[in-house]
Amino acid sequence: MTEQTHFVEIRHAQKSFGTLEVLKDISLNVERGQIVGIIGSSGSGKSTLLRAINDLDPLTGGEIWLDGVQVNKTLPHRQYEKHINELRQHVGMVFQHFNLFPHMTARENVTMAPKMLKGLSQADADRLAEEQLDKVGMLERIDYYPSQLSGGQKQRVAIARALAMKPKLMLFDEATSALDPELVEEVNLVMKKLAEEHMTMIIVTHEMDFAASVCDRVLFMDKGVVVEEGPPSVLFKNPTQNRTREFLRKHIEGAS
Amino acid sequence: MDIDLMLKVYPFFLEAAWVTILLSVLTAILGLICGTLGAAARLSRFAVLRFLGAAYVSVFRGTPALIQLFILYFGGPQIGIQLDAFEAGVIGLGINAGAYMTETIRGAIIAIDKGQREAARTLGLSGWQATYRVILPQAARLMVRPLGVNLNMLIKATALVAAIAVVELTYTAQRYIGSTYKPFEMFLLAGVLYMIIIYVVGRGVAWLDRKVQIT
Repeated sequence: MTEQTHFVEIRHAQKSFGTLEVLKDISLNVERGQIVGIIGSSGSGKSTLLRAINDLDPLTGGEIWLDGVQVNKTLPHRQYEKHINELRQHVGMVFQHFNLFPHMTARENVTMAPKMLKGLSQADADRLAEEQLDKVGMLERIDYYPSQLSGGQKQRVAIARALAMKPKLMLFDEATSALDPELVEEVNLVMKKLAEEHMTMIIVTHEMDFAASVCDRVLFMDKGVVVEEGPPSVLFKNPTQNRTREFLRKHIEGAS
Repeated sequence: MDIDLMLKVYPFFLEAAWVTILLSVLTAILGLICGTLGAAARLSRFAVLRFLGAAYVSVFRGTPALIQLFILYFGGPQIGIQLDAFEAGVIGLGINAGAYMTETIRGAIIAIDKGQREAARTLGLSGWQATYRVILPQAARLMVRPLGVNLNMLIKATALVAAIAVVELTYTAQRYIGSTYKPFEMFLLAGVLYMIIIYVVGRGVAWLDRKVQIT
């Protein structure tokens, strides 16, 4: 086994659903504190790659390492579940459709996992909920149910829920794609705030402007491969690949 | 219509109605247990359990409840199962109701968006923790109405145990027909009492359904 030196290290990731190969030999390193954006059209494999990092969509080939631990190592079922549950506590994930728990208030959404998994007392959990919801500007709605919140508010609570586990890596799977245009900004602001705090983030997004403004590096994926990657200033302004140019032309013209 | 006769025998029917209620309650409890186990089996990650769960549902929904009762009560002794009529009634109807409830419970669980489980697992919850803390509380709310329908059917199905001589409402009606020769009045009386029971249970289910909904 080779020495693992990067914070997140994806080696030759390969994923097939039946005969359909959605990830073809992808390698990617992310350093601590880096913010990496992944762009590409739907079906390019970008969400699948993101979901492989915390094993929601396990790879069919290749390796993923996180902070010195291999995510997809071979273990008997029970031990593997234990390993993955432990690992996921350190990886926050934010979904396109928020996936807040509708039967719990914002407070309960945020405190459930810390209470269950870290044995926090109710008082500590309440303090944690207040702190995290304050951070995303949702303290005033702490005892609201998800059905009483707008999309942008739900997503901010979902981010607070992920942050409450004190993750060392945050994954964003099209966090603003399901939002009405006027609600996108409030979520982007929260993500920018995290960027300023040097949270390590991998962000799958359709928003080129946002990717350009917060990411250290952007990957363009198409048909299961990384076509091109680089700092946003280069990738957005001077892409070297035809496929990247094509994609950007459609998306940036389409947006403005 | 002989109203006087109906008023005269009414107390005996009321007593029989309590037997019907007791049968229904015990059957519902057994049905819920069987239904929960059945649903767990049908949703298991083990193929053997999934097969057994599916077989349970198709056997007990695929044959008349009356035949199931007859096999248990009349056929049971041949294979060493000795039950009195009441016991056979509860067990037979309970297992039968469980097959329907299996599908109700399973349906409610699979109706919960898969993003809910993913979100819970992503936080580090185990599969079982995600199930009981996130999936089941939501599924339980979806189950109330359809389980109410199962309960309604089950109460009416208790009439079948008259065929194995459990002295409940239907059997009592038949017995009084033997002495009074007034089937219209006797069955009408039984029918009214069934309707009252089912009405009360229906209101209870509707109340519970309102009570558990998320604000």
